[in-house]
Amino acid sequence: MKRILYFLVALLTVASLLAGCTTSSAMTTPKVRFRIATTTSLYDTGLWAYLEPKFEEYENEYQSEESGMPRVGVELDIIYAGTGAALNHGRNGNVDAVAVHDPDQEKTFVDEGWGIDKRSFAYNFFMIAGPSSDPAGIEGLAPADAFRKIAEEGTENPDEVKFVSRGDNSGTYGSEKRMWAAAGYDYANDVQGAEWYVEAGQGMAPTLVMANELNAYVLCDGGTFTVLKSQLLALVTLVKETSEQTLNVYSVYAINPDKIKTAKIDIAKDFINWLISPDVQEMIGDYGVKEFGGALFYPIADPTYPAIPNLADNMKPVQ
Amino acid sequence: MDQLLHGFIRALQLIVTFDPEVMEITGRTLAIALSSCIISTIICLPLGSLIHFKRFAGKRILVNVIQTFYSIPTVVVGLVVFLFFSRIGPLGVFNLMFTPTIMVIGQIILVSPIVLGLVIAALSGVDKGVFETASSLGASRFQATFQVIKEARFAIFSAVTMGFGRAISEVGLALMVGGNIRGFTRVITTAISLETAKGDIELSIALGIILIFMALLVNIVINRFQQK
Repeated sequence: MKRILYFLVALLTVASLLAGCTTSSAMTTPKVRFRIATTTSLYDTGLWAYLEPKFEEYENEYQSEESGMPRVGVELDIIYAGTGAALNHGRNGNVDAVAVHDPDQEKTFVDEGWGIDKRSFAYNFFMIAGPSSDPAGIEGLAPADAFRKIAEEGTENPDEVKFVSRGDNSGTYGSEKRMWAAAGYDYANDVQGAEWYVEAGQGMAPTLVMANELNAYVLCDGGTFTVLKSQLLALVTLVKETSEQTLNVYSVYAINPDKIKTAKIDIAKDFINWLISPDVQEMIGDYGVKEFGGALFYPIADPTYPAIPNLADNMKPVQ
Repeated sequence: MDQLLHGFIRALQLIVTFDPEVMEITGRTLAIALSSCIISTIICLPLGSLIHFKRFAGKRILVNVIQTFYSIPTVVVGLVVFLFFSRIGPLGVFNLMFTPTIMVIGQIILVSPIVLGLVIAALSGVDKGVFETASSLGASRFQATFQVIKEARFAIFSAVTMGFGRAISEVGLALMVGGNIRGFTRVITTAISLETAKGDIELSIALGIILIFMALLVNIVINRFQQK
């Protein structure tokens, strides 16, 4: 009995010590928690981990200047999910803002009245990666032609030619479906369920890892691929094009407080304005350049490509 | 192979140097799992005693149902908790989604059947004479029950430990309702699933080692008590 008691006490001490010194700040929460749901492609590049403390610092300083009160302690919580799931977190009222990249789903989200104060804040381009042996011979083709080639060769020889899709209602998945349509395929009938077509149902990074393991083709955003490149030994960039078709714009929305009464609209507005502020735009453009040898995201105002039509309006802070 | 070895060495370094991120995630994991086990025990011990000592119709069926829930999939618990606690759900007013609290609630639902079922089994394992002797010596019903629980303490403790093992190793629930928020709801299992996907193998291995070590500890505890 004594030995057991000793053991118990020791175990509990270790546990409570660990818990006490490390999680006390997280378990007691007098802070304001501001939640956003974001796409996995932004999350997996580490961009949010990089921006998170900077926004918290900014928001806390801003709040104390405004009110003359001691710091409130805004904590930015980031939930990562595909665009479809991220928007649903918004609809369910579980987050205060969303950062997503699927024009079609975003339009529905706004039309239904959930999302307000849209601002686009970054862009990059989708690309097709695949095994260096390139069994379908798509290197250098236009995206739609490459897709057609993959489908043809895949049908012919499904053991050699495979395509891994996100399959999760994400923005990348939406873009992929549009490309299949552009290539002249009826997605649900011609593509989905084909032997060469693999639906991963996961985030961008796991999907890339899967494509790497299966020696398959995959559509992904340039940022995530650049970050993971060193681990994706089997994959190389095969189709890269800066065009309307491969354009990938990230936008942020506040959740409409008329729809969700608990949505923290004030912080959401601060957050949106912070993202489009010149300093932060520069940070987004610089992110990862040193570490990965190339830009992962372009600030939305980057002049190299006209990513959105109404740039001047987009750069105006929300009221 | 090189990557594996390198990852393993780095992982050990992370552990022995008390890397802040590893310690933080481990601490949170323990805190959440311990909380849910303690609360679950507080609920299940009286409830289990009640079920064991009371005679009522359908007792057998009830115990069967409880045992069926031993293996309830974590994602199903996740789904149920999500539906109820989402802000538009019936319990949404509490605003608990994506917090450690909701993870504790989910884990309580997950481990309670195990703790409850094994508590009942533990009490059944005690010689009926204990209750009768205590009663005949003038103990009240409550005191006699307490004597039986005391007699079954080792088996009860191993029941709780079993629940702890389940709580600490589950990932589906923690991911669905916790959201794997860095520095807030990230626990060992969700961190491993994310970091492996992102390629931070070292952190994954380090956390994996810690998790296995915890499982080992749980096993030692259970073994010790079962020998009593």
